[in-house]
Amino acid sequence: MKFDNIIIGGGLSGLTCGIKLAEQGKKCAIVSSGQSAIHFFSGSFDLLGKMDGQDVKNPLEAIKILPDTHPYQRVGIENISRLVVEAPRLLDRAGLNFFGKADENHFVLTPMGIMKPTWLTIDDFTRFEQNDAFPWKKAVILNFSGFLDFHTLFVQDGLKKYGVDTQIKNFAMKEFEAIRRNPSEMRSTNIAKVFDSGDALDEFAQKVNQLSEGFEVVLLPAVFGLFTKNVALNLKAKVNKPVVLLPAIPPSVPGIRSQILLRKRFEELGGTYFLGDNVEEGTFKNNRLVAVQTNNHGDIKLEADQFVLASGSFYSKGIVATREKLYEPILGLDIDGDTDSEKWLDEKFFNDQPYMHYGVKTDSGFRALKNGKPIENLFVAGSVLGGANALKEGSGAGISLLTSLHVAEQILK
Amino acid sequence: MKKEMFEPFNSSDNNFEQCVKCTICTVYCPVLEVNPDYPGPKQSGPDGERLRLKDQNFYDESLKLCLNCKRCEVACPHGVKIGDIIQLARIKYSKKKPKVRDMILANTDIVGTMASTFAPIVNPIVALKPVRLMMDGVLKIDHHRIFPEYAGMRFETWYRRYAASKQTDFKKHVSYFHGCYVNYNFPKQGKDLIKIMNAAGYGVHLLEKEKCCGVALISNGLIKQATKQARHNVEAFKKSIVDKNMPVISTSSTCIFTIRDEYPHLLGVKNDEIRNESELATRFLFRLIDSGKLKLVFKKDYRKRIAYHTPCHMEKLGWSVYSTALLKMIPGIDFVSLESRCCGIAGTYGFKKENYKTSQGVGKPLFDQIESSDIDFVATDCETCKWQIEMSTTKKVEHPISILAEALDVEATVKLWQK
Repeated sequence: MKFDNIIIGGGLSGLTCGIKLAEQGKKCAIVSSGQSAIHFFSGSFDLLGKMDGQDVKNPLEAIKILPDTHPYQRVGIENISRLVVEAPRLLDRAGLNFFGKADENHFVLTPMGIMKPTWLTIDDFTRFEQNDAFPWKKAVILNFSGFLDFHTLFVQDGLKKYGVDTQIKNFAMKEFEAIRRNPSEMRSTNIAKVFDSGDALDEFAQKVNQLSEGFEVVLLPAVFGLFTKNVALNLKAKVNKPVVLLPAIPPSVPGIRSQILLRKRFEELGGTYFLGDNVEEGTFKNNRLVAVQTNNHGDIKLEADQFVLASGSFYSKGIVATREKLYEPILGLDIDGDTDSEKWLDEKFFNDQPYMHYGVKTDSGFRALKNGKPIENLFVAGSVLGGANALKEGSGAGISLLTSLHVAEQILK
Repeated sequence: MKKEMFEPFNSSDNNFEQCVKCTICTVYCPVLEVNPDYPGPKQSGPDGERLRLKDQNFYDESLKLCLNCKRCEVACPHGVKIGDIIQLARIKYSKKKPKVRDMILANTDIVGTMASTFAPIVNPIVALKPVRLMMDGVLKIDHHRIFPEYAGMRFETWYRRYAASKQTDFKKHVSYFHGCYVNYNFPKQGKDLIKIMNAAGYGVHLLEKEKCCGVALISNGLIKQATKQARHNVEAFKKSIVDKNMPVISTSSTCIFTIRDEYPHLLGVKNDEIRNESELATRFLFRLIDSGKLKLVFKKDYRKRIAYHTPCHMEKLGWSVYSTALLKMIPGIDFVSLESRCCGIAGTYGFKKENYKTSQGVGKPLFDQIESSDIDFVATDCETCKWQIEMSTTKKVEHPISILAEALDVEATVKLWQK
């Protein structure tokens, strides 16, 4: 089966890259071993949130002093400045409305009740300009009775530090009685499905208006709009006070909606998305990857002119560590990481862990290395690239979005 | 190399330890969405397995609400065989005996043989409302359901009388696993397959005594009989694939999925020697065309607007791309893609009175999509999806092979390889 480009990995990197290529008329396929980490999406994409433990005010400026091995440096500051404008536009064309600036982080309130710097935030959530104040003094935190994935006490504790007077209220509605019968299934996605399909939103908004009388702002878990787009916006229009949504424990409702819309955009552009399939091996010829073989398609190999590896980091098994070795499990590519397993971990858990920087080795053009030689038509994007501790820096989504756009540009050259 | 990730050193018989509790599977479970009595794939599968391994009394009969669509497995980012874990738990731990109704629904071979023999009598009788109400009351087969009509002449009989002798005229040969539906209910689909394969230059042969793949026996808990039939079929496949070097193709996505994957995973029947060469006819044809060995010529006046529905087992196999690619090759087809969703029937599941509401609830988003798509008909590879869509929407359903057969210019196609 022949395509122009094949992308291994169907998460944020793979889909961004696939959409960009398909928008330029390429016939693309994405092979994804299962649903992606977008299901854990907090609602915001970070570019660079922290440096040496301090909040970053201007990510575009701060990027300049990152080490040369960092993916941003390897993409190049000029390219980054251009791509940070392009990324939200690409998302917008997929029907995902993000707001934020690359040269000035804004803040979002986390479910732990703290303010975190970030780059782009989806329109479900509220963007704050300051991290040392909360715009309202009296807040009500509302939760669905029996919903265990929204921890109201953390939010209350956090807001206390900003001098906010809060009250927690739980409420029940008959529409949720059915899913409550099974406590382990009283989840954000199942609550969202009730709002998606029925007319529960009107009654719910009325209830919110009653319960929030005497308060300036309402805080709610983000359980609105799984398969339907505008539920959160409709709710905000029906409630007579500002509504601040907070992420609940994953799977994330805005995340799944984002995944669905990105995949839909890719497929509408003519892309083929193979879900639940694994690339098992590649056929190499003269330093080129000619075809890949997958579990589902067996002897019918998938061929392409260029390939992109966007298979994720350890969690997605884009790279794997056993007691003996660190390796890239799909194509056997070179790994940028320590061969001595003693050096993988820092015994202090919260320190910058060395293994978090590991990834697939590439040349300066983001081509993967195999046995020290670049594979001419195999590019690497997203968190499978080494060189950054995305968790410490708050840079995961930025690296995924910008390296995949950069790689797509290399392919389109 | 990727295989390594599914075989960690600490795994049990099934890989439930690989579950990281991300709960993504529960989002895509079609049953959970409409019936909260079902504990969901994570609870029923890996979570419950942990408990059942300690004490089998943790087994819960609500696992029967799983319709075995495997959409949880397709969604799982860590390759956990959630659907298999649930089915195996039912096989190992369920103490409830199958009811008379379950045996009637599951024994498609025996019932099919009897019913097709008396087709002119059986068809009108089972379609009568009082009869359906009686089946509803006595057997708990929902009265909304109408059984597919039985054919007067079985496919096998037709083949022996009218087709068998011509098949030796070809240089290349395949065997055809027709399945119960083609044999007892809808021989036309088998005839269409022979028409296409003959036009492509292949002689089509039947297996030495094929038996029902057993999917309905498995889902109704008749495991001993299913295992017996599986062993029989694997031997019959071997005679074709290993002894005669003839691949086996089929037109039923569920039969072929069961033979390839459920035999080893659920019944413990090994099929290594035959698995790679047991496949769907659409995949067989796609491979030939994709590698330049075959070209199909289509009629110029064929014009239809068609929506393709991805059956759950096609989603799991990942093979709907072959059927849709073939359909898109027909110049006169205006192709509409439907969002891949379960139709709710799941073989015999939706025929049972207790599942009727769930079944229709699961299928509703698909039915709505079909009704609003302004098409001539729906294309799909699964016979039970076909019944469900025809029972629940105003549209007719055709198999991709039948569509190809209708649109194919046989003479022009044959000319291409005969010269």
